[in-house]
Amino acid sequence: MENSILATESQSLDTVEFTYDSEKRKSPALEELQDILQYKDLIFQLIRRDIVARYKRSVLGIAWTMLQPLGMMIVLTIVFSHLFGRVEGYAAYLLSGLIAWTFFAQTTTAAIFQSVWGGALMRRIYIPHTAFPVASIGTGVVNLTLSLVPLLFIMLILRRPITWAILFLPISILSLTAFALGVGLLLSSLAVRFPDISEMYQIIIQAWLYLTPIMYPSDILPASYRIWLLYLNPMYYQILMFRVPIYDGVLPSLPLSMIGIGISLLTLAIGWIYFSYQADKFAYTA
Amino acid sequence: MNPVIILNNVSVRYRAPEEAIGTFKEYAIQVLRRNVRFREFKALNNVDLQVNQGEILGIIGRNGAGKSTLLKVIARVLIPTEGRVRIRGMVSPLLELGAGFHPELTGRENIFLNGTLLGHPRREIESRLPEITEFAELGAFIDSPLRTYSSGMVARLGFSIATTWRPEILILDEVLSVGDEAFRHKCQLRMEKYRDEGATTLLVTHDSGTVESLCSRAVWLDHGQIKAIGSSQEIVALYRESQ
Repeated sequence: MENSILATESQSLDTVEFTYDSEKRKSPALEELQDILQYKDLIFQLIRRDIVARYKRSVLGIAWTMLQPLGMMIVLTIVFSHLFGRVEGYAAYLLSGLIAWTFFAQTTTAAIFQSVWGGALMRRIYIPHTAFPVASIGTGVVNLTLSLVPLLFIMLILRRPITWAILFLPISILSLTAFALGVGLLLSSLAVRFPDISEMYQIIIQAWLYLTPIMYPSDILPASYRIWLLYLNPMYYQILMFRVPIYDGVLPSLPLSMIGIGISLLTLAIGWIYFSYQADKFAYTA
Repeated sequence: MNPVIILNNVSVRYRAPEEAIGTFKEYAIQVLRRNVRFREFKALNNVDLQVNQGEILGIIGRNGAGKSTLLKVIARVLIPTEGRVRIRGMVSPLLELGAGFHPELTGRENIFLNGTLLGHPRREIESRLPEITEFAELGAFIDSPLRTYSSGMVARLGFSIATTWRPEILILDEVLSVGDEAFRHKCQLRMEKYRDEGATTLLVTHDSGTVESLCSRAVWLDHGQIKAIGSSQEIVALYRESQ
């Protein structure tokens, strides 16, 4: 008798519209995408927080974003310009690669830390899990855009021509952003479980920097190394796509752009899907 | 009877490694040795619960009884290992105080940050700004960095942001114990007002007196299971007896 009452009750409940039903969920990757679009104001606030809070107590404020790569460039130029003196306008060559690299290194690292910080919050309230990694990449894009100012300044000082090819930069930046987000998401999903991934990554990123032709021209590499350090190095394509339109003043070749963008989109897709499937488990790793 | 929260046979199982494995290196070594043993821990065990619209439901139980896990399952933070959770309406969990705030940002900036964390669009926060500030009694402090606030002010701001939007389902986890008597009274009035307007509230607290005075019904959780459910007087009496 009691059972039949329950049965009719649950039947009537099936016709009710629920806002959330743990049994009726779409594919995690799609659901995540939908949610993140709804939370776009949060992304903006997180980016704002990162930028505002960072400079709140400093006198020069946001100028530091431009001074940092400049300082690094001056040091490296002093050290390496004799070694690679034959590279025309070495400072511009270096800085154009360094800015793209710094963006990648900083945002992927930030994505890990943000996920850990956000993880504490996400155990209490529902927030789309990609919000924190996406926001740290967004902060990086703002910083990257600002550091174009000192780069153009150096180009002018060295009397290197700035051509229309520079209009290709938004595509390079988008590709770089997609790649960084993909890597950041993959690393974040690991870092939530294993906090020392971030320490390990610091070593990897350091080695990766020296193995990528950023401070040195790629033609000094012996032919046998090239396949490893250039063609199989995804960052090589991203750096070139960013450097060529500025430093060389020409459009990157079509095959180069296709490979670069292809790698980025593939990495982003893998990172996004893996992260969304892992995300349900994050709250379990208390 | 208009159910807004329905839990059917909900279980949450944590699979905790027997020894704490904190690092990737250790994990890799353990996996290679096929040595990871997991101990299953049921934070919630076959919980059936239905909460109707307009109720203030108290949840009591000892530490580790599964109270917070229950709230997390309802707040969509934790996907249950087994069973089904259905929710109707927007769930607003009141954040543990300070979580989600940034000390260097001003009160105003933190309102936007916290509001968007709760899923509200920026425009809406903008229009509620005066109301939030007034309820939190911040006055001129609204444009000072949060690190200059007293803990009472932070608590007031947190409560104010979470409850400015009339919540459909409000989750309060041990938050009413902070703040002074006057502010607690104000919070209570606001909750009662929302209840009269049809909001549903879930309240977790150690203070069984609060449950008795505020809640219509109460649930006693013990070891992840519902030990008793009924009118709050009844449940609180049972709970006190067992202590």
